[in-house]
Amino acid sequence: MAGAPPGHTIPSYAASHAGSPSRHMSQYPSTTVTTTTTSSSALVSGTPAPTSTLSSTLRYPSTRKTIYDRNLNRSRNAELSRSSFAYLFMEMVSYAHRRVKGIQDFEKRLNEQGYPLGLKLLDLLLYRAGPGASSTSLTSSSSTSSSGGGAAHRPLRLLPLLTLLTTKLYPLLFSRPADSLEQSTTNPAEYMIIDNTPLTNQYISVPKEMNQLSVAAYIAGIIEGVCDGAGFECKASAHNTGTDVWPNRTVFLIRFEDHVLEREKELERQGVK
Amino acid sequence: MSYYFVIISPTDTPLFELTFGTSKAGGDGVARFRNGETARYMNQFIVHAALDVVEEVQWLSPNMWLKVIDNYAPTNSHISCFITGTNVRFMLLHQPSAITNASAGSRSSTISSTSVPQNPTSPQTEEAIRQFMTEVFELWVKTLMNPFYTIGKPIKSPVFRQRVVGAGRKWL
Repeated sequence: MAGAPPGHTIPSYAASHAGSPSRHMSQYPSTTVTTTTTSSSALVSGTPAPTSTLSSTLRYPSTRKTIYDRNLNRSRNAELSRSSFAYLFMEMVSYAHRRVKGIQDFEKRLNEQGYPLGLKLLDLLLYRAGPGASSTSLTSSSSTSSSGGGAAHRPLRLLPLLTLLTTKLYPLLFSRPADSLEQSTTNPAEYMIIDNTPLTNQYISVPKEMNQLSVAAYIAGIIEGVCDGAGFECKASAHNTGTDVWPNRTVFLIRFEDHVLEREKELERQGVK
Repeated sequence: MSYYFVIISPTDTPLFELTFGTSKAGGDGVARFRNGETARYMNQFIVHAALDVVEEVQWLSPNMWLKVIDNYAPTNSHISCFITGTNVRFMLLHQPSAITNASAGSRSSTISSTSVPQNPTSPQTEEAIRQFMTEVFELWVKTLMNPFYTIGKPIKSPVFRQRVVGAGRKWL
């Protein structure tokens, strides 16, 4: 991007910018960016800027609202259209389908797409769980309107983490808690979150030759991202366990790494909750 | 008081750095570290050394705000830490102004010893830093919500920088 045509460089650039490989979007003609308010606000806040000089080189959307002006609790209870999610997810699945060799590869790909989402959602969950964040101030005038956001507790033990998954993450994603949370009887490192009607599987028809595939691997990726982000390294996978009543019933198997369990024992000994 | 603020990723990569001075009690917001020019790398060094302490205490308390966790006596620096759910550390090194500094010295006589610019360990200072950290945390979550921000990459948004500078001016 640094190699923008010289004709597009604005002559009144600050001296500090002239020599640096500045990657401002404003080096391009303003007509190239014609987006809606929401997407352009995201574009601006993602614009790389090498220095702290807040000169006129930064492009704001026409409302002058960036992503930093939005209140984080604003969309707390808002719901997205299910059909648009189904459409988008269908595209993700068919995109992956064209590029994979086997079912494992397929599930890995979906898992990787969910993983960064989990990493990002964890901090949002904790922010919203904090006291003061529940204040329903919809004005996005000042960034201090919700000051208590940072007081939420980080999960240190397995149980708080797992309840966070089923009672906080699930309602955030699907507006309902997960159906059940179980511990494996054979392996203490394995936990299972059970979802009778996973949203991802609802509108995806899996062909017979791929009946091992569970597209809920995407949700497993989100779960894995949350656990990993919190410092509980694990592998999460989705398994079809359809019954007559719940044909889409899916078990998310979470297998924690050994050192997580060692730490868990140590924390239990020290009485950390 | 002079401040050095840095956001450190779970893999110990700095994501965002800011050096500033106090704006309280007539401060001009310019950092004046005692160790002069060497402060630029010494501060980074001191803060990264404090990461070991963070790893010791982070599993003992579920709070995000870990208070003052370390200090470095030769420059009278104190390090406060705020840790997010994804183990991203917000580290703030704060160093009270040197008494020998002529401009600061003449002013310090009129300031009570508990005021934010002078006393790095007073409850008032701690509360001010907590407020600062909380505000930065909100900005951090907003950065995360940006679909164009990739986890683990430096934060380059000038709006973010502007907001952090604003938070520093307001609380510290």
